[in-house]
Amino acid sequence: MDYSIFTAEHEAVRKTIRKFVDTELMPHTEQWEKDAYFADWVFPRMGELGFLSLRYPEKYGGAGGDYFMGLVLAEEMARCCIGGLPMAVAVQTDMATPPIMQFGTEEQKQKYLVPALKGQKVACLGITEPNAGSDVASIQTRAVRDGDYWVINGRKTFITNGVRADFITLVAKTNPDLGYNGVSLFLVDKGTPGFTVTRKLDKVGMRSSDTAELLFEDCRVRAENLLGVENRGFHQIMWELQGERLIGAAGAVAGAQYTFEKALAYARQRVQFGKPLVKLQVIAHRLAEMATEIEAARQLVYSTARKFAAGEYPVREISMAKLVGGQVSFRVADMALQIYGGYGYMMEYDVQRAWRDSRLYRIGGGTDEIMKEVIAKTMGL
Amino acid sequence: MKIAVLVKQTFDTEAKIILDVNGKISSSGVSLIMNPYDEFAVEEGLRIKEKEGGEVTVISVGGQQAQDALRQALAMGADKAVLVDQGEAELDEYATATILAKAISDLEYDLILGGFRAIDDGSAQVAGRVAEILNIPVVNVVTGLEIEGGKAVATRETESGSEVLEVPLPAVITAQKGLNEPRYPSMKGIMKAKKKPMDKKTLADLGLDDGKISAKVKALSFSLPEPRKAGKVIPGEAAEAARELARLLREEAKVI
Ligand SMILES: Cc1cc2nc3c(=O)[nH]c(=O)nc-3n(C[C@H](O)[C@H](O)[C@H](O)COP(=O)(O)OP(=O)(O)OC[C@H]3O[C@@H](n4cnc5c(N)ncnc54)[C@H](O)[C@@H]3O)c2cc1C
Repeated sequence: MDYSIFTAEHEAVRKTIRKFVDTELMPHTEQWEKDAYFADWVFPRMGELGFLSLRYPEKYGGAGGDYFMGLVLAEEMARCCIGGLPMAVAVQTDMATPPIMQFGTEEQKQKYLVPALKGQKVACLGITEPNAGSDVASIQTRAVRDGDYWVINGRKTFITNGVRADFITLVAKTNPDLGYNGVSLFLVDKGTPGFTVTRKLDKVGMRSSDTAELLFEDCRVRAENLLGVENRGFHQIMWELQGERLIGAAGAVAGAQYTFEKALAYARQRVQFGKPLVKLQVIAHRLAEMATEIEAARQLVYSTARKFAAGEYPVREISMAKLVGGQVSFRVADMALQIYGGYGYMMEYDVQRAWRDSRLYRIGGGTDEIMKEVIAKTMGL
Repeated sequence: MKIAVLVKQTFDTEAKIILDVNGKISSSGVSLIMNPYDEFAVEEGLRIKEKEGGEVTVISVGGQQAQDALRQALAMGADKAVLVDQGEAELDEYATATILAKAISDLEYDLILGGFRAIDDGSAQVAGRVAEILNIPVVNVVTGLEIEGGKAVATRETESGSEVLEVPLPAVITAQKGLNEPRYPSMKGIMKAKKKPMDKKTLADLGLDDGKISAKVKALSFSLPEPRKAGKVIPGEAAEAARELARLLREEAKVI
């Protein structure tokens, strides 16, 4: 009996993506990490193969698959041995574009969503600012109505895909007096006068992903670039964050699985005291612990994904999955590095990169502390 | 142009082969793929169809798990599939070819494509036997194929160069690496593959029974290659070490 949430179709998609990752991405990943930028051809190529639009309706160029198809993509991308590229893809498929599908007009879908699903337009999502990270409602970027236009002023930072993006799904204050009830979303094209990339940021990990600091100075966008309902932006972005966190958790856990497999193979062949490391009980138990933590986290991701796919809005489980996924991925990378010993500390072994990359999962998309805050609130605390 | 493509589900090229307690090859936990040479054949069939019009039917003999290979071909763009489940029957190349030829003779066909061999048993016999049973020509190990005016013009690599051959259709052509670069199954194709027709048949449906296909070749035993011995590192100065290496290659390994 097969109890998997994945069908034969999911497995066929998985096989195809895995082949793509192995044959088309893996030969370049090392170089992309060195360049701190993965090649621009990746998005259009993935779009061409239909990987970016798996769970979108055919009407928008998608394959009409279910939510689990997106999960398969995140899981397989996590096996490309670098974290930055899967993160960039997740921003494209599960963070910057779902609000367009959910809240956008038909024109906005045609202009932004369809090309994004084809990989012809790269999307980024702008929430975080220098003075507003965890406290999203305190953002200072302002959009002021001026006739048929909105005039935007402010800064965004830590924006994934921000350097290469063709447009941004931007969160701005439209009514500062109303707190989180005065926030709106906008779609802003790169190249709009007043919108500049001020810096490409240098990071500890996720190096192949471009992370930008952005500036909006009297940037004028047309009224139709407002996404969704004016002043409902905070609720819309909280909706977006649920999908972001769930896919982030799925990617984190799948990355941990990959790191675990590598560490297991290493421990089988590394001989000390006359036998392979796996014959040392301490190491065997560590590997057992890693496998158990990964499995527990994965099952939480899957059961939560089932609810999410059914149209539920399980904020509590999503926050739990994100919390445990991020923590497990970093802990597994740390244990793996320990198993590799001195080799693990050398740049020529991949495990150091998993260690650096996985650290992000405890910060991006909402920190561990914020996840606990959300979970505590659902307990009435 | 009606094209039939023979497809076999095989072990993944990276699968670790182990023998079970009875000394038979164990398939438990092994991931299965479409035989890579058959993938070239499917791709070629689709390209011919795209150029000439027509229909591609993929055919496999195998258990229910062979459906995955057929569905992959359908997701790549084949139109329909035929799966013959041999049940408990033990098959050799003669038996497999007999079943395939019977299944194909129920179809209309102008061209039959297949991989030149399967990566598991590697006997490279089945397609040729199918041609023999159907009494049509066969060209093996093909790296280039053109269809023109009821004929197939096939290029095959030989040890000393290549040759170009012409055969009238219908014919059997077997694919070698280099014939083409198989496409990925399309994502939409994967999701729709279930809706394409898959005709599942038993041996009885084909009018075959154990007597007609009883294997003539019986595998007596399997053995795994000797595990590779650990390598030897020769220490010392380069010139000295090279001399020692040459000595060992001559006296111990006896390769020079
Ligand atoms: C590589 C990378 C990519 C990113 N990509 C994007 C992107 O594409 N788009 C985007 O908008 N943002 C992005 N971010 C930003 C990310 O979402 C924020 O970094 C994160 O939400 C935390 O905000 P902050 O960095 O300002 O930290 P702060 O909010 O300043 O937090 C500092 C510390 O205080 C803790 N803290 C804060 N508030 C509380 C509280 N109430 N209770 C307990 N502890 C608290 C935090 O948990 C943290 O430990 C990215 C970040 C990184 C590093």
